[in-house]
Amino acid sequence: MSVSLFLAVLAVLSFAGFHLGRSRAVVSAGGRLSRLHSVPSYYGLYVAMWVGLPALMLFALWTGLEGSIVDGMVRSSLPAAMAGLSPQEINLIMVDIHNLAYGNITSRVPDPALLTAAEHYKSLRGIGNGALAVVMLALACAGLYYARQRIEPGLRARNQVEKVVNIFLILCSLVAILTTVGIVLSLLFEAIRFFTKVSPAEFLFGLQWSPQTAIRADQVASDGAFGAVPLFTGTLLIASIAMVVAVPLGLMSAIYMSEYAPPKVRGSVKPVLEILAGIPTVVYGFFAALTMAPFVRDVGQSLGLSVSSESALAAGVVMGVMIIPFVSSLSDDIINAVPQSLRDGSYGLGATKSETIRQVVLPAALPGIVGGVLLAVSRAIGETMIVVMAAGLAANLSANPLDAVSTVTVQIATLLVGDQEFDSAKTLSAFGLGLVLFTVTLGLNIIALRVVQKYREKYD
Amino acid sequence: MTDIISTPRAAAPYQTDDFSARLKKRYAAERRFKLYGMAAIGVALAMLAVLLASIVSQGYTAFAQHDLALEIHFDPAEIDPQGTRDPDTLSDANYAALARNALLAVFPEVESRADRRRLTAMISNGAAFELRQMVMDDPSLIGTRKSVNLALASDYDQLLKGNIDRHVPETDRKVTDQQIAWIDKLVSNGNIVNGFNWRLFLNGDSRDPELAGLKAGIVGSFLTLLVTLGLAIPIGIAAAVYLEEFAPQNKLTDLIEVNINNLAAVPSIVFGLLGLAVFLNALNMPRSAPVVGGIVLALMTLPTIIISGRAALKAVPPSIREAALGVGASPLQVVTHHVLPLAMPGMLTGIIIGMAQALGETAPLLMIGMIAFIVDTPSGFGDAATVLPVQIFMWADSPERGFVERTSAAIMVLLAFLIAMNAIAVVLRKQFERRW
Repeated sequence: MSVSLFLAVLAVLSFAGFHLGRSRAVVSAGGRLSRLHSVPSYYGLYVAMWVGLPALMLFALWTGLEGSIVDGMVRSSLPAAMAGLSPQEINLIMVDIHNLAYGNITSRVPDPALLTAAEHYKSLRGIGNGALAVVMLALACAGLYYARQRIEPGLRARNQVEKVVNIFLILCSLVAILTTVGIVLSLLFEAIRFFTKVSPAEFLFGLQWSPQTAIRADQVASDGAFGAVPLFTGTLLIASIAMVVAVPLGLMSAIYMSEYAPPKVRGSVKPVLEILAGIPTVVYGFFAALTMAPFVRDVGQSLGLSVSSESALAAGVVMGVMIIPFVSSLSDDIINAVPQSLRDGSYGLGATKSETIRQVVLPAALPGIVGGVLLAVSRAIGETMIVVMAAGLAANLSANPLDAVSTVTVQIATLLVGDQEFDSAKTLSAFGLGLVLFTVTLGLNIIALRVVQKYREKYD
Repeated sequence: MTDIISTPRAAAPYQTDDFSARLKKRYAAERRFKLYGMAAIGVALAMLAVLLASIVSQGYTAFAQHDLALEIHFDPAEIDPQGTRDPDTLSDANYAALARNALLAVFPEVESRADRRRLTAMISNGAAFELRQMVMDDPSLIGTRKSVNLALASDYDQLLKGNIDRHVPETDRKVTDQQIAWIDKLVSNGNIVNGFNWRLFLNGDSRDPELAGLKAGIVGSFLTLLVTLGLAIPIGIAAAVYLEEFAPQNKLTDLIEVNINNLAAVPSIVFGLLGLAVFLNALNMPRSAPVVGGIVLALMTLPTIIISGRAALKAVPPSIREAALGVGASPLQVVTHHVLPLAMPGMLTGIIIGMAQALGETAPLLMIGMIAFIVDTPSGFGDAATVLPVQIFMWADSPERGFVERTSAAIMVLLAFLIAMNAIAVVLRKQFERRW
C-alpha cells in the first residue's frame, strides 16, 4: 500500500467516524439538542479525532523508523563473508540491495547473496507495510469504538476537541524553535567534525584557502589549506560595495517618497521599486554575470585599468541594486514614525524642508536607520546566487574591487554541489563556513532588531 | 511723538544683500536635496529598466525557432525491413539516416563524405528522436512521404536570428562560409520555417540548446511548491493564530517570537545546509526530490507567513472578538468563526508573497542536490527533479550561444509566474479587504 492510499483510507474512516459520532450524539440527546453539552458536530469531531490521530501518529512514527529498522535487519542477515567489510563498503552493498529490490540499476553484477538479501529486504518491507496496515486499521477501529462508547449528553466534547486543537497550535508555533535548533545542531555537529581535522585557529586566521584535498596519499597538492580569511575579506568587500550602492540610493529614495513625493507618485513608484525586491536572485546573478561584468570590464579597460572578468565590483553593484528596496522600505517606515510635531517645530523656526530633514528628522530616525542598514548588511553577507554567478571561485586576499574575490556563500555552494562524501575535510569545511555565516548574520540580526525595536518604542 | 517713531528704521535683516544671498543658497540647497531624492529613485528605476530590458532583448528571440522543413520518406527498408511492426524494431531503427537522406536530397551536388557530414550536422541530434516518436505514435506512417519540421541545430538557428555575425572572419565563428551558403539556399528554397518554439515548453532539459525545454523545471517547481504550500499554510496559520490569539506572555512565547524574527533573516543557504544535514544525511530522504525541497522552502517561508499572518490578525478589531465572546462562543470558536475569516485576505497576501519567494529561491535547493541534470519530467514527490530557478542557473553556466537566449527566456517565464502570483495577491486583497 502506498502512502496516499494509507492516508486516503484513514481520511475515509475519520469521515465515517464524524458522522457516526454526530448521529450518536443526536440520538443520545433523545431529540432535545439542548441537553447536549456541545453542538453535535463536536461529538463528530471528537470521534473523528480518536479514529484518525492515533493511527496517524503510528503512521508517522513508522515512516520515520521503518528504513533504519529494516536496514538493520537486512544488515544483520548478510552472509558472514561480508561481515568483515568496512562500514563504507557495507553501505555500498546496502545501496545495491535497495536498488535491486526496487528494480533499479545496480553498480555491480548481482551475486546470489545480494539477490537473496534483496529478496529478504523486499519481503521485510512487504511484511512491514502489511503489519502497518493491519495495526493502523485496528487502532482506527478501536478508537472509533472507544470514542463512540463514551458519547453521552454530558460529555464535554467541545472542550476535548479544543484541547487537541490547542496542542496542535502550540506544536505549529514550536516549528520555528525546532528549525533553529535543527540549524544550530546540524551546523555545530558537522563543524565539530571539521574542527577535529582542521584546527579552529587555522580556519579563522589562516590566509590561504584551497580546499582541494587528496584522494590518494601521493597526489600533488594533497593537503588542502583551510584559512578562511580571504573568504571573509571577499565577503566584506562585496557586501560593502553593495552597501555603498544601496544605502544612499535607498535612503534618498525613502526620504523623497515620505517627505516630498505627492501621494500619486508615491502610490505608483513604491510598488514598482518593490518589484526589485521580488526578482529572484538567480536573475540578478545572470544579469551581473552577463551584462554588468562585461560592462565593468569594458569601462575599466577603456580607462586603462586591469579588471578581471569576474570582478567584485559587478557583483557588489548588482547586489546593492537588489537591496535598495529593502533599505528604502525600512527607512520609509522609520522616517514616517518620526512625529509630525518635530517637523512642525522646525518649520516654525523658519527651516526649509531639507534642513528639517537633515537636522531634525534624520537624527531622530538615525538609530532605526542604522538598524535597517545592519539588517541589509546581513542580507548582503548571506546572499548566494549573485556571487556564485558573478564573483570568482578563487579566494583572493584582496581589497581591490576590480579583482575577482570569493565569498563564504560561494564556497559553501561550490563545496556541496554534486556528489560528496561526508568524511573529508573539504565537504565538512562548508559546514564550518556555514556556522560562521550563521553566527555573524544572527549577531547582526539580533543587534539590528534590538535597535529598531528600541527606537520604535520612543514615540509610541 | 516719541523717539521710536521718528527714528529712521534700520534696514530689516531680510533686506540685506547678505541675507538674500544666504536665502538663495538655502533654497538652492533645498532644490538640490529634492533632486538627489528624485535622482536616487531615478537610478533605482533605471536599473530595473536596464535589467528587464537586457533580459527581454536577449530572450525574446527564444520564443521563436527556425525549423528545417524536410520531405521525409519513412522508408520501410530503413525502419522495419521485415515488416513486423514490432515496437522494439521500430524504436531501434536508424531515424537519423531518414533525416540525413532527406537533407541530402535537397543538395544533390554535395558529394564528398566530409562535406556531407558537415551538411548533415545542421540537423539537431533531437531530430531522430522526434521522428521516432512520430513513427511509434503512428506506425501507418511507414512507407509514406511527409513534410516534417525538424529541429535545426542551434548554431544555424542563431545565425538566422542574427546572433552569429556573418561578417566576422570565418575562423572566428562557429559556422563556415560553406554552411552559410547552404543555409541561404535552404531559406530561398523555403525549407526553413520560423515558428513558435513549442520545444521550449514541451521538452525537458537537454545539452543541445535547440532541444532544451522548461517542462521538467516547471513541473518540478510545481511539485515543490505544492509540498511547500501543504506544509507552510497550515503550520503558518496555526502558529500565527496561537501567538496572536492564545499565547500567554511567557518565556516560551518570547523565545518563539525572537526565533521567528531571526529565522526571517537567516541566509537561505543555511536552510539548505539544514536540509542537507538533517533530511538527507540523518533521515535518509531522497536526494533532488521535491519533497525535501518543499520542506526546506516551507521552513524558509514560514517566518514570512507567520509575521504577515499576525499582522492580519491584529488588524481585526477587538469588538468582533468581544461580541462573539459575549454571545457565548468559546475562544476557539471566536477565532475559527469570526477572526480567521476576516483576517484571511491579509493572511493570503502574506502566503502568496512567501510562495513567490519560494518559487524564486535557488541556493537551498542546490544544497539538497536539485542541481542534477534531469531530462525526464518528474512524476512524483520522491522523483529526482529540478526547478525553474535552478534550471536558469544551470543554463546560465552553459557556454553555447543558444543557451544565453534560452536562459533569458526561462527568466521571462519565471518572472511571468511571479508577476501572475503577485497580481493574484493584489486582486485578492482588493476584493476582500475590509476597512473598519
